[in-house]
Amino acid sequence: MAANLDFDVGYVARLARINLSEGEAKAFQKQLSDVLKYVEKLRQADVSHVEAAAHALPIFNVFREDKSQDWFTAEQALSNAPRKTNGLFIVPKVVE
Amino acid sequence: MTEKDLLALSIADLQSLLRRREVSAREVISALQERIEAVDGEIGAYLSHDIDAAAKEAEKANVDLPLGGVPVAIKDIINVMGQPCTCGSKILRGYRSTYDATVIQKLRAAGAIPFGKTNLDEFAMGSSTENSAMKLTRNPWDLSRVPGGSSGGSAAAVAANAAFGALGSDTGGSIRQPAALSGVVGFKPTYALIMNAIAGHDAQDSTSLDEPVPDYAAKLGTDLRGVRLGLPREYMIEGIDPQVKAAISAAVKQLNSLGAEIIDVSLPHTDYAVAVYYILATAEASANLARFDGVRYGYRAQNPRDMLDLYGRTREEGFGQEVKRRIILGTYVLSSGYYDAYYLRAQKVRELIRQDFVNAFEKVDALISPTSPVPAFKLGERTADPLQMYLADIFTIAANLAGICGISMPCGFAEMDGQRLPIGLQLLGKPLNEARILQIAHAYEQSTDWHKARPPVDETAKKT
Repeated sequence: MAANLDFDVGYVARLARINLSEGEAKAFQKQLSDVLKYVEKLRQADVSHVEAAAHALPIFNVFREDKSQDWFTAEQALSNAPRKTNGLFIVPKVVE
Repeated sequence: MTEKDLLALSIADLQSLLRRREVSAREVISALQERIEAVDGEIGAYLSHDIDAAAKEAEKANVDLPLGGVPVAIKDIINVMGQPCTCGSKILRGYRSTYDATVIQKLRAAGAIPFGKTNLDEFAMGSSTENSAMKLTRNPWDLSRVPGGSSGGSAAAVAANAAFGALGSDTGGSIRQPAALSGVVGFKPTYALIMNAIAGHDAQDSTSLDEPVPDYAAKLGTDLRGVRLGLPREYMIEGIDPQVKAAISAAVKQLNSLGAEIIDVSLPHTDYAVAVYYILATAEASANLARFDGVRYGYRAQNPRDMLDLYGRTREEGFGQEVKRRIILGTYVLSSGYYDAYYLRAQKVRELIRQDFVNAFEKVDALISPTSPVPAFKLGERTADPLQMYLADIFTIAANLAGICGISMPCGFAEMDGQRLPIGLQLLGKPLNEARILQIAHAYEQSTDWHKARPPVDETAKKT
């Protein structure tokens, strides 16, 4: 966990697809380094005999019946789209 | 009955009036609308309220249903069909819900009328509601202080008699902490269960519990003989305000005098809770908020060059600071090479925390603590230091990690700068043992008057 010294906010922000202003990058680098320092305390906990908890309560696979149900119409699904045409979401060109 | 008296009624008393046809659901909505107009300019609890939609529903309300004709304010992170749902974020400005959340379907089936969407920290990330991109919400007891968060608008609306009841959400204390700071009751059920009229399985949520719903009111009474209450030693930390400490001690004595036995217990891994939470919660946030990419709904940056530019700028411009911080932290702890050190380790420590509670609940029926170590803090006081803000949740967060249920209720006041600020008592109960903590809370409430106190909103509203 000492590895957090190499926490590079610019690199991680790119992974997360968030552009940051210079000011934000500088502030976050410091604030998140502080948080990472704080969470280092978890290294003191003895977890050698513990299984990771994925859910707070013991529940397992969840299935529903395989039958059709009413869902959104295309019109409803598109009702909040920032750009749409002919029943489609419109985005910038992906392939040249 | 004057309008002011009507608005001060409990939900149960309001229902009696509705069922005796002494007031109509339509009149209740109108009274609420007037109240919101009178006081909410100053408090800022609501982000939107649609009087026409609510009036229409009130006209056909069936008052004989469990919540028939009762208006309920809704945290603006829960979808109500046809209404805005901003999540307190610029990225959802202008969005309108195309469906009712399961909890809203259940409320409607019980006869309730969703009325008004309340302010919150952006995507429920925060402890003061100051992270809302929409507006500032002020504490009705002292307008220079925060209402708590993230469900600050819901708590402030109820405190100011501008809602009879409100839905919130609580993944780290976001119902209990604002309830404590705003002087109202705040209830968080067992993870994945939603309560009474709203309890039951959510077929759209694979993490939801499929359990029979008990009668939560069954155990209500005033006698606590035979009830064992635990005082967690680790919750008596430095940094608890002395006035909070005194109020909790008095509440413990009171519960003892009602017949409850008080037992010292230990939750040895308490000190890790905030660290575990901020690893797990940020990891979840980074995954859950990936959907906000400017493609299918919500905000989109102007004139994107290509897809990467569209994603990067949409999220830069659409998300606020705390949301960006959490997505970045969450991305980091999940990233290759760090997953085991952070995320996996946090999951394991979470299991240790859960075991602490399992062990404690072998000895006691419920745990008692302050809900928050301090009363409402000043607006702006903690915004510069995220870690200080995270530590505001120190007593509420472990319950979420363990998936247990909890309630915060008024138990006294602190005096600060000449103002009375409410203090909250937290009761934590075993998973699915909601009835037990409601029994204890009810007995306490019946024997004290703290819950009847109301903030001086009317006086300040008159002055301005």
